Amino acid sequence: MKSAVITFPGSNREGDVIRALHQASGVEPLKIWHQDHELPQGTDLVVLPGGFSYGDYLRCGAIASRSPVMDAVRSHATKGGLVLGICNGFQILVESGLLPGVLMRNAGLKFICKMQHLKVCRANTPFTSAYKKNQIIKVAIAHGEGNYIADDDTIAMLEDGNRIAFRYCDAEGDTEKGNPNGSINSIAGIYSKKLNVLGMMPHPENLIEALVGGTDGRGLFASITAYKGAA
Amino acid sequence: MKARVTVTLKNGVLDPQGKAIEGALKSFGLEGIESVRQGKIFDIELISSDPAEAETLLKAAAEKLLANMVVENYRIEILG
Amino acid sequence: MQNNIAITPELVAQHGLKPDEYQRILDLIGREPTLTELGIFSAMWNEHCSYKSSRLHLKGLPTKAPWVIQGPGENAGVIDIGDGLACVFKMESHNHPSYIEGQMGFHTRYDGNILVNAMAVGIAKADEIFYAKATGVGNPIVYLGSKTGRDGIHGATMASAAFDDAAEEKRPTVQVGDPFAEKLLLEACLELMQTGAVIAIQDMGAAGLTSSAVEMGAKGDLGIELDLDKVPCRETGMTAYEMMLSESQERMLMVLQPGKEKEAEAIFIKWGLDFAIIGKTTDTLRFVIKQHGEVMADLPIKELGDQAPLYDRPFVETPKRPEIDPKSVTPPMGNANAIVKLIGSPDFASKRWVWEQYDHLILGNTVQSPGGDAAVVRVGEGPRGLALTSDVTPRYCEADPFEGGKQAVAEAYRNIVAVGGTPRAITDNLNFGNPERPDYMGQLVYCIRGLGEACKALDFPVVSGNVSLYNETNGRGILPTPTVGGVGTVEDVSKTTTLAFKAEGEFILLIGVTKGWLGSSAWLATIAGREEGAPPPVDLEAERKHGAFISSLIQDGHATACHDLSDGGLAIALAEMALAGNMGAKIDKLPEGLPNHAALFGEDQGRYLVTVKDQAMAAIILKRASSAGVPALMLGKTGGQELTLPGESPISLERLKKAHEDWLPSYMTGEI
Repeated sequence: MKSAVITFPGSNREGDVIRALHQASGVEPLKIWHQDHELPQGTDLVVLPGGFSYGDYLRCGAIASRSPVMDAVRSHATKGGLVLGICNGFQILVESGLLPGVLMRNAGLKFICKMQHLKVCRANTPFTSAYKKNQIIKVAIAHGEGNYIADDDTIAMLEDGNRIAFRYCDAEGDTEKGNPNGSINSIAGIYSKKLNVLGMMPHPENLIEALVGGTDGRGLFASITAYKGAA
Repeated sequence: MKARVTVTLKNGVLDPQGKAIEGALKSFGLEGIESVRQGKIFDIELISSDPAEAETLLKAAAEKLLANMVVENYRIEILG
Repeated sequence: MQNNIAITPELVAQHGLKPDEYQRILDLIGREPTLTELGIFSAMWNEHCSYKSSRLHLKGLPTKAPWVIQGPGENAGVIDIGDGLACVFKMESHNHPSYIEGQMGFHTRYDGNILVNAMAVGIAKADEIFYAKATGVGNPIVYLGSKTGRDGIHGATMASAAFDDAAEEKRPTVQVGDPFAEKLLLEACLELMQTGAVIAIQDMGAAGLTSSAVEMGAKGDLGIELDLDKVPCRETGMTAYEMMLSESQERMLMVLQPGKEKEAEAIFIKWGLDFAIIGKTTDTLRFVIKQHGEVMADLPIKELGDQAPLYDRPFVETPKRPEIDPKSVTPPMGNANAIVKLIGSPDFASKRWVWEQYDHLILGNTVQSPGGDAAVVRVGEGPRGLALTSDVTPRYCEADPFEGGKQAVAEAYRNIVAVGGTPRAITDNLNFGNPERPDYMGQLVYCIRGLGEACKALDFPVVSGNVSLYNETNGRGILPTPTVGGVGTVEDVSKTTTLAFKAEGEFILLIGVTKGWLGSSAWLATIAGREEGAPPPVDLEAERKHGAFISSLIQDGHATACHDLSDGGLAIALAEMALAGNMGAKIDKLPEGLPNHAALFGEDQGRYLVTVKDQAMAAIILKRASSAGVPALMLGKTGGQELTLPGESPISLERLKKAHEDWLPSYMTGEI
């Protein structure tokens, strides 16, 4: 599997996701500078990593979403290529119009870093096949603007289209509880219509080793690897 | 020529910061404040001195970058 | 503003220079300084740069060990951590002196001076460390990072009559940090270092361009010549004086290999940062500043640092306080209630509200998160790691600066031992009041002596540090606060321990001597309302011996949990272990011959709690302790959802947790 990890000024979790992809696929992802106009030939997966691109100035992800490389990412997505945006990457995806909605300041107005439980809403996607439907996983969150908001029609479209990827929940899987940032319907991640673009606030890439918090994040990278391997 | 673009949240969009500011103001005992919505102001210097041209340019700037049209509105003022 | 104005006594005073210090300048350069030169001297000879009040005493600190690669005097200290790697670390302060508080206007709820001490720890290849020392004559000096503005130029100086009519517009601003620019600067510097272009590097901190350039030259026995017309400026019309004193953030100065300028420039342009060649190294040993073709300053570079004033300021020792006999204190409330009250008091309440606002999981190497004795981070793919902690008990330092200084080091040592690390070296941040007052100077002197004695005895040298004096509020000095940041190495991060109780029915052992020391204790202050008494003495030999014993237990895999005892004593340590593991304990036995409140809340030093998996292991450990001459006592067993102490009513974990977790969030929202 060939993955390209886009680096923006202010990216800081690119190394973490590179490590997770390498662990899952055995192949070292390529780092792509945001000023590049093209993706490497044969790219299977594009990752927009976490960080604070452009200092989170203006709006989180706003300036990065207008970077030269984003046109190439857009056309990759249009052709059905896989795109994964994590945290700041999710913010860039909504700012670039690849996913609907916006990510506002956390309801508590504070940056929050902690371990968080998620419910995997569906397992039949390129990103989640290694999980079971409604499986509860524990991953990290670390964001100040993760409060997912969209108008009623958009939320209905996402819900009806079965496009919610993950919801925040407590250890027992109750999505009414454990919502850390005020997101509508406890939404932690969403898919594009064709399920090839995933944006999520939590960090599965930080939960890939038993010694460092746990391994619940591995499934996401294993799923992508399995999907591309089968393709 | 100078211009100002003001970006505000659309009505109905939850504004946690505005809410917090509102709460703080009320806690100071400032009576008569109904609600607070916060936004951003961009003061922009333009090369052109043609108001119509400026309007077009600023509209593009606002829609392309300054405002997120999903949740925000913008207003352009030419300050002369 | 003219560079060649007459230097009046008022102007000298506004620059924080004493008349005798000014005389020293006149003697050194043989003429009246220009205004820019006066500014340069004031920056180099102030307390922050010259350590003129503390230097004499800092000399007594041990700074060497076989694993120390670089001790104090550089940008940061460096120690060898094995496998060709080094750990680089430093503590800095950003304290707000009282005179700024009013202007900042954010002190509606807090009285007192806010101390902000931050410790940065990094990892480098041991053979790829860059220093500030310049080498080679005629090499380019390069300015990197953000532009220079009128940030942080001293208020009194700015408002002086020496300024022209535009002075009002040039009011000083507090320097504003830009973490985004800092991140870009960091990335660009690391990328540039890979090219082999860097000879020397120095960050522009306090007194920015002045101190960074002088340090590079003086360390390398070279002169420096700067052309200020080349310095990237954020504001127009900046004078040489302003540029040399600006404290704008996110700037670096480098000496580059000649011929590598283009390569270096390309990297900085890629990261969107300013890059300018602003001068060169010379063989004259002069610090020459030019602007608009004129020489604005021409000073002997070595003397700017070496000849800075050195004060042996008068000091008095803090009077010794009497010891408190535990039997003489009648507990005002039951011990169970006292535990709940203490665990929910500012000193012991959970700081989760704070650390959840900082990203402590990034890089995927955090083996032990905040909330334990020390953080443990894996180095690269492991198995090596680092144990990191910072500590000080200002209450003790005020009561007895010498013992308090010792205790700060000993506690950092214990924190590292308790997670399974080997203590290696410390960085310190000495936050004190006005050194011109003999009582505050005495606190500084004796704290430093205490630190030094403990560092020597524990083989725990000081490799970097910072001194922040004149911290006071309404004329009253802060509590003496020598913050100690400790770094330890971990051979294998899979063999570290945490404080959490792990399983039901494990045996709890207390290591160390308990005499029920209540003087200056948290219990005496918070529960009995008495801030008095001598603080607990630190037996450094015992610290070392007990530390070695704990290390061996952890290395052999016998300790299932470990926690060091500090303020709050045995009771608080047990409560913290129970809370971390969400598991109670039943204690059958307490240290003998003491009233319960003294056994539970005494703050005797050199102690740890460990759990072991069963009775057989407990017996083995007790035997091992006895033959090592280490006092050890079996207290009881883990289990249940209550903490039960002999003769006290059981405390539910729920009640403890509520008290522990609720205080800080409630305080911050103004509910209490």
